[in-house]
Amino acid sequence: MSENCEYMLEVKNLHTSFFTDSGEVKAVNGVSFDLKPGEIMGIVGESGSGKSVTAYSVMQILADTGRIVEGSVFYKGEDITRWDKRRMQKFRGKCCSIIFQDPMTSLNPVFTIGNQLMEAIRLHTDKNRSQAKARAIEMLELVGVNEPARRLKQYPYEMSGGMRQRVMIAMALACEPDILIADEPTTALDVTIQAQILELMQELQKKMGMAIIMVTHDLGVIADMCDKIIVMYGGSICERGTADDIFYDPRHEYTKGLLRSIPSATNSKERLVPISGSPINLLNMPKGCAFCSRCDHAMKICIEEKPQELTLTPTHQASCWMNVKKLQEGQVRP
Amino acid sequence: MNTEYLVEVKELKQYFPIHTGFRKVTNLKAVDGVSFSIRPGETLGLVGESGCGKTTVGRTLLRLYQPTGGQVLFEGEEVTDKNILELRKKMQMVFQDPYSSLDPRMTVEDIIGEPMDVHRLYKNRAERREKILRLMELVGLNAEHATRYAHEFSGGQRQRIGIARALAVNPKFIVCDEPVSALDVSIQAQVVNMFEDLQKKLGVAYLFIAHDLLIVRHISDRIAVMYLGRIVEIGDADEVYEHPKHPYTISLLSAVPIPDPRLTRQRQRIVLEGDVPSPMHLPSGCAFRTRCRYATEKCAQERPVLADTGNGHFAACWHLQS
Ligand SMILES: Nc1ncnc2c1ncn2[C@@H]1O[C@H](COP(=O)(O)OP(=O)(O)OP(=O)(O)O)[C@@H](O)[C@H]1O
Ligand SMILES: Nc1ncnc2c1ncn2[C@@H]1O[C@H](COP(=O)(O)OP(=O)(O)OP(=O)(O)O)[C@@H](O)[C@H]1O
Ligand SMILES: [Mg+2]
Ligand SMILES: [Mg+2]
Repeated sequence: MSENCEYMLEVKNLHTSFFTDSGEVKAVNGVSFDLKPGEIMGIVGESGSGKSVTAYSVMQILADTGRIVEGSVFYKGEDITRWDKRRMQKFRGKCCSIIFQDPMTSLNPVFTIGNQLMEAIRLHTDKNRSQAKARAIEMLELVGVNEPARRLKQYPYEMSGGMRQRVMIAMALACEPDILIADEPTTALDVTIQAQILELMQELQKKMGMAIIMVTHDLGVIADMCDKIIVMYGGSICERGTADDIFYDPRHEYTKGLLRSIPSATNSKERLVPISGSPINLLNMPKGCAFCSRCDHAMKICIEEKPQELTLTPTHQASCWMNVKKLQEGQVRP
Repeated sequence: MNTEYLVEVKELKQYFPIHTGFRKVTNLKAVDGVSFSIRPGETLGLVGESGCGKTTVGRTLLRLYQPTGGQVLFEGEEVTDKNILELRKKMQMVFQDPYSSLDPRMTVEDIIGEPMDVHRLYKNRAERREKILRLMELVGLNAEHATRYAHEFSGGQRQRIGIARALAVNPKFIVCDEPVSALDVSIQAQVVNMFEDLQKKLGVAYLFIAHDLLIVRHISDRIAVMYLGRIVEIGDADEVYEHPKHPYTISLLSAVPIPDPRLTRQRQRIVLEGDVPSPMHLPSGCAFRTRCRYATEKCAQERPVLADTGNGHFAACWHLQS
């Protein structure tokens, strides 16, 4: 493994589809990004826009009908899409682990959480039974589960939604991975525990140089945590930049709509403003910009041709024809 | 009979017996004496630490769990095992976990249609289908989705299926357990608007459980804050949000993530010290005292009760903040 590689993870032109009875569902369409050691990247985007599928593709844990149809994923410079099952098994957990969006389906209901935690720890480390147990208790304590020793004997259904989520987080962090993918890690948690968990992640990231991919709908979490942000729409990245780029100078109409949808802190009873229209049909992708049917500023070219990603500043890129137009009119500098 | 309220909850208790050793059982007091009332067409927001018993309140209220103690009145009538099946037509729940609450082997159409089948709410297949499609449109799902299976959907899409299902019987009261936390903010806004429109049109009342305090404040007329099985503060939504009285509410509000990078960098969080106590071994007196920076001797000895601080704003604390 080339240890001197600048990037921990590089995803290049990833395309992932599901082959269903009704046809090919193009869930991810040409996603590229990179991640340096210790970097925290946020992914936001519409529900169904391919955030989870992107994460699952990196880990190669797609449903049976799903397949990476194009593109590569480099881990420390090596293309892991070429790795065999055994190497990928090692990769998951030890190099890269994931906190799933749905703690109930990813915890096995018939085993105690202690059983599952210790199993995960023993699979990826050479700890013996009692060491694994000690580690499991330590991890549960770390994520704020009370009476950890007793909790080990409980089954998932005996815990509240937030507690199950913390067990998942403990499990993902137990083997100190290089990359942590957190898919909506804190939606089930109240804000005080969320703040604790986010702080814990930031601490581990500083201590161990762990890189984090944070998938979330919570723009507050994104604003707080992330070095860089990618915004997804219809299986592609429509905009990327730093938190300041995205929040104070959004340059894609979808991003702007997203920011308008948050309840205002000053006028709490004002009616919310969702993005109008309905999500695109991934079975039948439009020829031009995926967002154009919902965009107030759509032009003729938007229907006909997909916009390329345009670099606005060294940290800020967006794929929208309006930026191209403004550039041609001399309104913005590249 | 008092008909001012649609739902009245009185001293509701839910204890789960936990085997803690050989022939030894300890009660886990998930809900320990909760009272509140909801008027027709009103929204009560319910917030609080994860594990404090919010879901259990909702489930016990709808008798999905047999209550350990207390009473629930619906339109002045006590809810019992006998009348609950009939009352389910008027009281519904949207579940917290859209993954495990929908049967993955059922099509969307059948998931939404099931409660209509149970209560026979249509004359023929055509009417059933038409109603289902209207509900799907209402929650922002495409008609093509009708014949697909639940497991083929993203988290947010599944949540909308769950909402459509709850709406299928035209209920008067819905317990919404984190109905929008799995949704992206735009669809969140859409669903919240949808809840509000249904309320205006049909006068539905909600018990709205959520972690996102910005959303809770927006949608709720009143907010109740829970800590370890009890309500510690309740009052008008803006009032609780702007002038919290209980130290727990204050720390909760200080931790709300702000969707603004500069503001986030500046602000001070009040991070709670200590562990969340176990609901199996509740502290004496005030349950929050082990993590409260104002705690005194009195807090350990006597449990504070909800006291009126004016304008229908109640808080249970010996050292109320203002
Ligand atoms: N097993 C599957 N079969 C068919 N389609 C699928 C499958 N899994 C996902 N999809 C589709 O792929 C698209 C992307 O799904 P994904 O779960 O990545 O969305 P997401 O961005 O994570 O959304 P959310 O924010 O709601 O979790 C969705 O439109 C979904 O319907
Ligand atoms: N069926 C059960 N058996 C035993 N204990 C349970 C059961 N259901 C819930 N509990 C316990 O009751 C307490 C309250 O759980 P509940 O799910 O109501 O919390 P919550 O406030 O909804 O939390 P969250 O915000 O995490 O969803 C927790 O300590 C939980 O472990
Ligand atoms: Mg997802
Ligand atoms: Mg809950």
